[in-house]
Amino acid sequence: MLQFLIRRLIGAVVIMFLIGAFTFFLFYTIPQDFAALSCGKNCSPENLAVIRENLGLDKPITTQFWEFMTGIVTGRDFPQGHCSAPCLGVSFDSGNFVWDSIVDRFPLTLSLTVGGLVIFLVVGLGSGMLAAWKRGTVVDKIVSGASIVLSSFQIYLLGPIALGIFVYSSGLLDNPKYYPFTENPATWALGLLIPWAVMATIFTAQYTRMSRSTMIEQLQEEHVRTARAKGMSRSYVFFRYAWRGSLIPIVTIIGMDLSALLAGAVVTEFTFDLPGLGRLAVDSSINKDLPLTMGVMLFGAFFILLLNIVVDLAYAYIDPRVRLS
Amino acid sequence: MTTLTKTEGATAPTGPEPFLSVRDLRVRFSTEDGIVKAVDGLSFDVERGKTLGIVGESGSGKSVTNLTILGLHNPKTSTVEGEIVLDGQELVTAGEKEMEKLRGNKVAMIFQDPLTALSPYYTVGRQIAEPYMKHTGASKKEARARAIEMLTKVGIPQPKTRVDDYPHQFSGGMRQRAMIAMALVCDPDLLIADEPTTALDVTVQAQILDLLKELQQEVGSAIVFITHDLGVISDMADDLLVMYSGRAVERGSVREVLRAPRHPYTWGLLSSMPRLGGDTAQALNPIPGSPPSLLNPPSGCAFHPRCAFTAEAGGDRCATDRPALADGRAAACHLTADQKQRIFIDTIQPRLR
Amino acid sequence: MSDNLTLPAQQSPAGASAEPLLTVEGLTKHFPIYGGFPIKRKVGAVQAVDKVDLTVGAGESVGLVGESGCGKSTTGRLITRLLEPTGGKITYAGHDITHASRRELAPIRSEIQMIFQDPYSSLNPRQTVGTIIRSPMEVNGIEPAGGREKRVRELLELVGLNPEHYNRFPHEFSGGQRQRIGVARALALQPKLIVADEPVSALDVSIQAQVVNLLQKVQQEMGIAFLFIAHDLAVVRHFSQRVAVMYLGKVVEVGDRDSIYNRPRHPYTHALLSAVPEVAVDDEPEDRERIRLAGDVPSPIMPPSGCRFRTRCWKAQDKCATEEPPLVRLSDSREGHLTACHFPEEPTTEARDEDIVLDPGLKALEDENAGTD
Repeated sequence: MLQFLIRRLIGAVVIMFLIGAFTFFLFYTIPQDFAALSCGKNCSPENLAVIRENLGLDKPITTQFWEFMTGIVTGRDFPQGHCSAPCLGVSFDSGNFVWDSIVDRFPLTLSLTVGGLVIFLVVGLGSGMLAAWKRGTVVDKIVSGASIVLSSFQIYLLGPIALGIFVYSSGLLDNPKYYPFTENPATWALGLLIPWAVMATIFTAQYTRMSRSTMIEQLQEEHVRTARAKGMSRSYVFFRYAWRGSLIPIVTIIGMDLSALLAGAVVTEFTFDLPGLGRLAVDSSINKDLPLTMGVMLFGAFFILLLNIVVDLAYAYIDPRVRLS
Repeated sequence: MTTLTKTEGATAPTGPEPFLSVRDLRVRFSTEDGIVKAVDGLSFDVERGKTLGIVGESGSGKSVTNLTILGLHNPKTSTVEGEIVLDGQELVTAGEKEMEKLRGNKVAMIFQDPLTALSPYYTVGRQIAEPYMKHTGASKKEARARAIEMLTKVGIPQPKTRVDDYPHQFSGGMRQRAMIAMALVCDPDLLIADEPTTALDVTVQAQILDLLKELQQEVGSAIVFITHDLGVISDMADDLLVMYSGRAVERGSVREVLRAPRHPYTWGLLSSMPRLGGDTAQALNPIPGSPPSLLNPPSGCAFHPRCAFTAEAGGDRCATDRPALADGRAAACHLTADQKQRIFIDTIQPRLR
Repeated sequence: MSDNLTLPAQQSPAGASAEPLLTVEGLTKHFPIYGGFPIKRKVGAVQAVDKVDLTVGAGESVGLVGESGCGKSTTGRLITRLLEPTGGKITYAGHDITHASRRELAPIRSEIQMIFQDPYSSLNPRQTVGTIIRSPMEVNGIEPAGGREKRVRELLELVGLNPEHYNRFPHEFSGGQRQRIGVARALALQPKLIVADEPVSALDVSIQAQVVNLLQKVQQEMGIAFLFIAHDLAVVRHFSQRVAVMYLGKVVEVGDRDSIYNRPRHPYTHALLSAVPEVAVDDEPEDRERIRLAGDVPSPIMPPSGCRFRTRCWKAQDKCATEEPPLVRLSDSREGHLTACHFPEEPTTEARDEDIVLDPGLKALEDENAGTD
C-alpha cells in the first residue's frame, strides 16, 4: 500500500511538471509581446525594457521556465519583494503574486464546491437508493422521471430564474455573495444558498440515476442473494451488501466532479457574478497573463491528481480485492 | 399425506411425516416475451435426515423450485401457487419476517459458484458469523468463536487466522467449504444445495461431497441436492426426482430410478452419458433435439417431440394428453408398466454396458 | 521398481507404425508476472506448461485431461499457435512450426483447426452461419468444386444442421447447434488435426452426447486426428485412443486408454479416477479404490520442486522434492505407457484394504462418525 502511494505521488509530481511545461511553451507560441501588454498604451521603449527585465522576459525561455518551476519549490525574489514557496510568479497584469491571488479566490470556490457537494450527494444518492428500493413503483417512476428532466437543465438557465424568484421578485434573499465562513457561518450559508441549490439541482440528477442503476445492478448480485438466503433482512442486505458494491462507480464520479469543481466552477461563478477561481482562470487567459494562467492551471491539476489518489485509496478501502493487488 | 415409498431400509410402518412437503407448486414469471412457466405442478416430499436429489438440465425448473422454497424469487415478476409445507408451516403464504427467521436458521442454502456467492467486501468469518448472531442472538465474540469452530469442522487449515481472510484469498475448494460452514452455522434442519460442486475440480468435488455426507450425518439435516450430474446424485441422494420442462417426470429411490428407470427421458439421460466403466465401443445414445422453451412448452407430454417411444404409447396421445405423475415410485409416461419394463430390458439396458 | 526403464516411445519413432502427425517436445509456456518497486519488472512467471512431450498420430484421437490450472488449454493453444511457446519444439508433418511466422504457417494453418468450449462467444453474432463457415475458405483462398456455398451446405448437413439455415444468425440456434456450427467451421478446410478445447463442457448432458457422437463420426469417417482437451474423464475415455494426464503444467502419465483407466501407475491418475462420481446402473457392489486428496491444486506461479504432485501425494518421500521424476515406461507397463513417478502405484483401480483420505477435516469427521455408529 505504502509502495503504491509513493509510486502514485512520484507520478503526480511528474505529471504536474509536464502540465506546467506544456502550458508554458504553448503560451510562448502566441505571437505577443507580454511586456507590451503589461506596459499598456503610450509605452516608452525605456519603460518596456524595465518591465521586460522585471518580468524576466529578457532571459531565454528555458531559463524562464526553469526559474518558474524551481520557484514553486524554493521561492523567488522579485523587485516587489520576496515571493515565498510555493511561488507561482508575478502576474503580468496586476503585478501581484499569483499565489496570493489564488489564495484570495480559493475560499469562495471551496465553499461553492463543498456546499453543493453535500447537497447533491445527500439528495442524489438518497433519491437514487429510494428509487432502487422501490423499483418499479410510482416512487421510482417519479424519481427517475424527475432526474431526467432536471439533468437537461443548465446552470445559466436555472440560475437567473432562481435569482429572479428569490432575489428580485420576492426579496427573500440577497444577491449571492461570499462571506468568510470563519466570520459567521450563517451569513456564509445564506450568501451561497442559491448557487448551491442551483448547482445541486443539476448535479443531483446524475447521482440519482447513477446510484439507482448501480444499486439495482448490485441487488442482482449472487452474494446479495446469499445474504438474503442467510436470513438477513432486506434493509440490512440493501445497506450492507448492495450499497458497498455500488460505491465504486459513485466514488469514481465524485472524484471527477470534485476535482473539476475545485479547479473552478466557471459557469456558476459567471452566472452568479461570484469572483472564484474559475473567473480568475478565464480572465487570466483572456489577458494572456502567463504566470496567473500557469498558477491556476497547476493549482487545478494539483487537485485533480490529489483526488485521483484519494479515489484510489477509497477503492482500496471499499473493496478488499483492490488492497492486495 | 403421501411419502416416497422405500424399497430398502426399515422405515416405520406408518411412515414418518415428511419434513418438507411441496404440493402442486406452480411458479410463473412474466417476461417481455410472455409468461414463463418455470415450475408447473410439482410435488415432492423430503424426510428428516434424508437427501432428495433433483436432477434436470438447464431450464428444467430445478433451481427456481428451490429459490421459491426460501421465498427468494422476485415477488414482482413471479407468481407462486401451490403449497410448500416445512415442518407444519406453510411457506407460500408466509410473511417476509417469518421467512427471514427460517432462512439460514432452519433452512440454509449452498450455491453453485462460491466466488460470486460470497460477498467480496466482508471477511469469511463475518459472513459466517452474521446469520449466527441474527438467529441465536449470540454476541460478536461468541459468533466469531462459532465461525472458527465451523471453519475447523469443514477442514480449513489454520482457521484462527483464515477467519479474517476475504473470500478472494481462499482457493475455489476452500471457498465452497466456507460456504458450507456458513450454511451449517445454525445447524439447519434442511439444506438446499444448488449444484454445489459444479464449479469445482473433480478431486475437490469428491472431498466436498464426502464432507457434506459426513456433516449431514452429524447435524442430521435433510438435504435437497440439485444437480445435472447423475454420477453425483448416485453418490449423494436417497431419493431422486427427475425434472423436465418445469415438471417432475420420474420419482423414486435413487436405486430404483438409476437401475430400473421408467421414463424415456431418464433412459435418454442415462444412455447419453459416458461412464468410466462403460464399453467404449458402444456409441452414446443422445436424446435428439433440444430442451423445450418454457415460454411455449409442447402440448401433452413436454418430452414427446424428443421421445422415441410415442408410437408404442398410442400415437398422438402423447401430443394431446399430459401424463400425470402418480404418488410414490412413478414415472409420468403413457407407456404401460409392461411396455416400460420390456423397452428398458430389450433396448435401454444393453446401451448401458 | 523403477530400475528397469526403457526410453519413451516418443523419442524412438522406430517403434511407431509411421511418423506421427504432430510431435511436441519439451513444450514450455511461461507467462511473465510484472511487479516490484519503484520500477515494474518481471518478478516471476506462471509456469503454465513446462516441458511437455506429446505425439498425435495421423487419424488418432489423443485425450488431454487434468484439473483447472494444469495447462491443458494452454497446450492446445500453443499447438494451434494461438500462443507463442517460450521453449520446446512443435513439429507438424515434418515441419518445425514452433516459431513459424504467419506466412510460414499459411500452408499448414488450414490443416490444424480448433474447436472452442464456448459456442456462444466463439461465433461472430453479426455474421450469418454461412459467412462464418465460408470465411476460413475465403481467408485461405480455397475454391472447392461446386463453389463455396455448396460446400457450406454440405458441411451444415454433415454436422446435422438444416442446410436451409444458411442465412440465419448464431443467436437463432441452441447451444448444441452452435457447437455444431463450430465443428462445421473447423471442417471447412478439410483439416488433418483438430484441437478441441472442452468442446462439450458447456452443454447439457443430452446435447453433450450429440456433439460427442458428431466429433466421433468426423474423427472416424474423415480420418481427422484429434487432440481432445477436457476435464471430464469419462468423456475423454469414450473419445480417445490415447490419453495424457496433466498436472500443474506437466504430463504425469500418458498411455493407451486401457492403461490409463484400468492400469494407472501415477498416484495422481489414481486420485483423479477415484474422484469421478459414477452412476451405479447395476447391482454389482462398487469395487473402486477411494482416494480423497487434501486441498486444491497449488499455484503454478511457484510450483513445488521435484515432482509437482508431491505436496498432495501419500507416497511422497524426500527424493520427490529433490529430483524431478522422468516420464518413462515402467517395468510392468505396456509399450507407450509412460509415467513420471519415483514411487508408482500398483496397476489397478480396485478398492484397497484401507481408503486413502488425506483431507484432515474429512478424516476427522469420518473417524468421529465411525466412532458413534
